[in-house]
Amino acid sequence: MNVAELSPGLTLIFGSVLIPLLPGRLRSAYMILLPLLGLVHLSLLSSGEFGALHYFGQELVTLRVDRWSMVFGWIFMIATLISAIYALHLRSPLQATAGFAYAGSAIGAVFAGDLMTLFVFWELTAVTSVLLVWAGGGLSAYRAGMRYLIMQIASGMLLFFGALVQLNATGSISFEHIGLDAPGGWLIFAAFGIKCAFPFLHNWLQDAYPEASEVGTVFLSAFTTKLAVYALARGFAGEDLLIPIGAAMTAFPIFYAVIENDLRRVLAYSLNNQLGFMVVGIGIGTELSLNGTAAHAFTHILYKALLFMSMGAVLYRVGTVKGSELGGLYKSMPLTAIFCIIGAASISGFPLFSGFVSKSMILSSAGQEAYLITWAILLFASAGVFHHSGIKIPYFAFFAHDSGKRCKEAPANMLVAMGIAAFFCIGIGVMPGPLYAMLPYPVDYLPYTSSHVLAQLQLLMFSALAFSVLMWTRIYPPELRSVNLDFDWVYRVPLARLTQRTGAALRATLSAGERGVSAALTGLLDRLEAQRGPSGLLRRSWPTASMALWVMVMLLAYLLFYYLG
Amino acid sequence: MTPPAEPKRWLDHARNVRKIYHAVWVVCGLLLLAELFVDKHGDVEIEHWFGFHGFYGLIACVALVLAAKLLRRALIRPEDYYERR
Repeated sequence: MNVAELSPGLTLIFGSVLIPLLPGRLRSAYMILLPLLGLVHLSLLSSGEFGALHYFGQELVTLRVDRWSMVFGWIFMIATLISAIYALHLRSPLQATAGFAYAGSAIGAVFAGDLMTLFVFWELTAVTSVLLVWAGGGLSAYRAGMRYLIMQIASGMLLFFGALVQLNATGSISFEHIGLDAPGGWLIFAAFGIKCAFPFLHNWLQDAYPEASEVGTVFLSAFTTKLAVYALARGFAGEDLLIPIGAAMTAFPIFYAVIENDLRRVLAYSLNNQLGFMVVGIGIGTELSLNGTAAHAFTHILYKALLFMSMGAVLYRVGTVKGSELGGLYKSMPLTAIFCIIGAASISGFPLFSGFVSKSMILSSAGQEAYLITWAILLFASAGVFHHSGIKIPYFAFFAHDSGKRCKEAPANMLVAMGIAAFFCIGIGVMPGPLYAMLPYPVDYLPYTSSHVLAQLQLLMFSALAFSVLMWTRIYPPELRSVNLDFDWVYRVPLARLTQRTGAALRATLSAGERGVSAALTGLLDRLEAQRGPSGLLRRSWPTASMALWVMVMLLAYLLFYYLG
Repeated sequence: MTPPAEPKRWLDHARNVRKIYHAVWVVCGLLLLAELFVDKHGDVEIEHWFGFHGFYGLIACVALVLAAKLLRRALIRPEDYYERR
């Protein structure tokens, strides 16, 4: 088996094992070399299905190479390189190791040709990425990480059951177009929906991403949700239900983004809003709209990483990214400010920046297919995203009222990483040709017409005018130290109380019962104790999640032995 | 809190901030004027109305901020809200 028949995800996953073993500079060099090797690996692939394994009578396809998987493979690998450079200042190897394993899992999932392989990598992204949330440190990061992990594992379980239902009904676990009417369709749809942060399933995103370390959030922002977008595009393209879901995703988060104080949480809300555009594109399901989704995922990963990197640099230097505490940082961190503005211009879709050439494909297809309400909502969301991501983020961090905070410019490695992302943001905006050439379908679309440029400039500048006037007249809501209730309140307060009370009642009943039984069985238990010891295997209780974990470990071990043997 | 030795920047002067504010108005005016010289062709009929994108963006953003302000009244909680329970 040659390297062109191995999933490029495995290059990163197995490569990540070496990171903690290498000392200082050697490790830094290796962290840059590994994603570069990954890029070479990608360039060696040719279309087709490879790496077939046989497991319980099913054929697993670990490497499916086509235009969809390649465009996501490329951008995931580029994002890995940028994130790795951004992480070079860290002394501890933990985050880089987890980050590489996480990136590799996401790439492995993108190249998966069947639902079981997809499931294995899907769950691996969950267990590796939670380490990045926990790296944020402190109790709140730990708790947010647990909530994040529960949602991610739940998504994986749904995918697993969906795959089993499909297998049962069709005898195949291949991952092709699924559709809601297919056996297991709804289960798989829900699995993808959780990871894609559909409305009411979205809170893990705004909850966990701002709690992660400055490096962790950069890794996180690239992979999980875009993997879900990819999976939806593969399995549910043209599903009408996705259009209202996506439209809701573009609109609701921006209201929260306006009043949110934690600037990384503002970015998490705008990430959710950007996913909405991609989901609408999948729902419309024409070649133009699907190309738009792929293109937007590509550009979005770069500018969102750039924005998270700039806020991460502020967090690293100042120790907070709360809008109420910041302001005037352009004096201390001028380069970071410039990079942040480039990211902001890109997400807003300014002409000559990357968002302009990708988002407009989705808007155009909505207009052309006569989804007028959706089109109007997307236009509203485009103005809104400029308002809160394009202006609010750079304004409150780097300008606004001078907080008096003075610090050093971001470390050199962070500046280089931001520089690379900024280069791509402008490069794609100025010259969209190479990106268009990578898209799943042939592109017949001209972003730069005088009419389109003028329309977009009007939309954005009048939004800027609205911001300026509201600021000038002090109507704009100030940044306040606060949290805003979102849907997660339901399970963090009433539901949590309910389970606590039920748990307490249950425990009381059980222990009363236990006392009675144990009195009767003391003699027998004593003998058993003697045989099996106090922490013997039979005495421990095993949660369902660990069962899933062991299934996964088994599959992985199998994969490993297969390649070694 | 600014150390006295630090020189004032261009943006530190209120008159320059005012200049930027006025510049935004001027740019918006110019963008409306530019429409007279551009042949508009959108995917949707209303895109051909004069200044549609400009006014849509303006109204959308004002409505967004006012609605968000109202929303905040209902949703705002102290920063340690979740830690307290």
